[in-house]
Amino acid sequence: MIAATVGGPEWFALKHDAEEFLYMEADLLDQRRFREWLDLLADDLVYFMPVRRNVKFGQHDEKENTRQGEGISWFDEDKWTLGKRVEQILTGVHYAEEPLSRVTHMVSNVRLLQVTPSPTDPAEIVVGSRFLVYQNRVEYETNMFVGRRTDTLRRHGESWLIARREMILEQNVLLAKNLSILF
Amino acid sequence: MATILPIGHMIDTGRGTIGRELFVAPEIYRQELEKLFTRTWLFVGHESQIPQPGDFFVSRMGEESVILCRDPQGSVHVFLNSCRHRGMKVCRYESGNTSLFVCPYHSWSYTTDGRLQGVPLYRALYEGQLNRGEWSLIETPKLHIYKGTVWASWDPAAPDFMTYLGDAVDHLDQVLDCRDGRPGGSEVIGIHKWILPTNWKFAAENFLGDTYHNPSHRSVDMIGIGPSARAGQTGRRDNEYNAGQHIWVSFPQGHGVHSVWMPEAFDYQPSYQQYPAVDEYFRHCFHERQKRLGDKARIMPFTGNLFPNTSYHGRQPRGLCVWHPHSPTETEAWRFFLVDADAPAEVKDVLRRFYMRYSGPAGMTEQDDMENWLYATKSSTGTIARRYPFNYQQSIGAFRHNDPVPGDVSVQITEQNARNYYDTYARYLQGDGWDSLLGIGPSVRRAAE
Repeated sequence: MIAATVGGPEWFALKHDAEEFLYMEADLLDQRRFREWLDLLADDLVYFMPVRRNVKFGQHDEKENTRQGEGISWFDEDKWTLGKRVEQILTGVHYAEEPLSRVTHMVSNVRLLQVTPSPTDPAEIVVGSRFLVYQNRVEYETNMFVGRRTDTLRRHGESWLIARREMILEQNVLLAKNLSILF
Repeated sequence: MATILPIGHMIDTGRGTIGRELFVAPEIYRQELEKLFTRTWLFVGHESQIPQPGDFFVSRMGEESVILCRDPQGSVHVFLNSCRHRGMKVCRYESGNTSLFVCPYHSWSYTTDGRLQGVPLYRALYEGQLNRGEWSLIETPKLHIYKGTVWASWDPAAPDFMTYLGDAVDHLDQVLDCRDGRPGGSEVIGIHKWILPTNWKFAAENFLGDTYHNPSHRSVDMIGIGPSARAGQTGRRDNEYNAGQHIWVSFPQGHGVHSVWMPEAFDYQPSYQQYPAVDEYFRHCFHERQKRLGDKARIMPFTGNLFPNTSYHGRQPRGLCVWHPHSPTETEAWRFFLVDADAPAEVKDVLRRFYMRYSGPAGMTEQDDMENWLYATKSSTGTIARRYPFNYQQSIGAFRHNDPVPGDVSVQITEQNARNYYDTYARYLQGDGWDSLLGIGPSVRRAAE
């Protein structure tokens, strides 16, 4: 494993590859091709969005975010559960998503954070990004979800599988009534 | 300003109608804050959130921020989170441990038992004028801890909490007691807080006993998200109560519950089927509970609402939910998730995962509730809409008194709990005395006759 440092044509090619994957993945969600999106998830996926708390200066590392594997977060789940979420939307009677929301995922600030074992032979990479997700549903209901993502992508043939996705939403009290969309 | 009819005209439970003004009108909302939330007992938190001296948790009562904390002697207090000098919040952290709450504005500081301690430049500016003893943080005159849950009221004349709770206690116990029947012993493993554009009473009423909204959860029932779903079971939870009689019970203090009255002899229903160790744990708890509780073990909980705005889920999932009013059409929901503190780690892990996929804004079941409450509120704000009351005629008169459990008991799906809730609500808005609010006054008896 090496920490990803900038430089070299392999590094740029790998970064480009990761970006293209994230944009394609976001596009599947926005096009509501949910089942195809599920195919991009590794069977041992961890999908985690902590609850964020207002803590005293100096306690952020220790206490600001709830932890994966403990207590209650917004999401701390696996591929099976995400499969259920997709199945639910596709019943046509999941009223929180019926009629379907209009959603655009903006993904930016993409950085390679870690490459294993090397840029020329990357079996697994950790990719940092920012998201801005715009949701509009029915007539007037609009939500903006903004935050940071850290994804672990695993090589899968010519493409990637998402093995781990951590989403840090920049909110404390959730300002939306629901998290009925996928991030 | 719109003309608002007297509360008695808007709430006609004999006919089974409730005016939409209750759910949208700013004038009504203002009265709720002044006449109802200043008097009722309100849930503020759980002892497991503040185990040590100096521990605090910032909560809410009605629209207002309060601090729940434990002082150095171990006593629990609830204070208004507002400096006595210019009102700044003295604490803007959600929880923690401290010896002092220091106001960021002019640096007045308060100890965790509420006393004003530090006043900068006291000698030069306040000597002989300011008596510190008179300027403590404002504390709730009433506080009660019941099986770990902390409740408070702003009304010095409020009856003690157990009187206020009344016979609903037998149902709340099914939430707060250990799964094996030992009293208390729960802990909060996490909290969800979110804003929803709805009137707070839609949410309270949903838990109060509105089983009629079951079809709105059809999507989760079709796909199966319960603790045995991976073993092929559909539905959103395990069928623990197949052998029982569903009961909807209302109480004179305004509370309402949906529970199940199990037969004299009933056996454990396999649950958590993809987790054999968890199934085994609950089987063990089930038998222990029957031994400990005897006849009371026949009460199994679904949901309930303790007047006015604390709801619960009894078992699958298990937790308390407070619907904090923000405005007539906006509510801040806080859900406290509960487990037995001494449950094995594997059991807690299965439970928390189930809670998250079921409950709250990301919960597959409750998302559909939020959608309904939002648009029910929105489409009731109109001038024409407000002329037409909501229908509450479901199962009018179909209940028995104190059979098989104390309270008014229906064995069919009913809106009796809601009618009783709004009758109680009306007595608060009329400014009645506590006898009437507890449902024991002569005016209440007259209305019942």
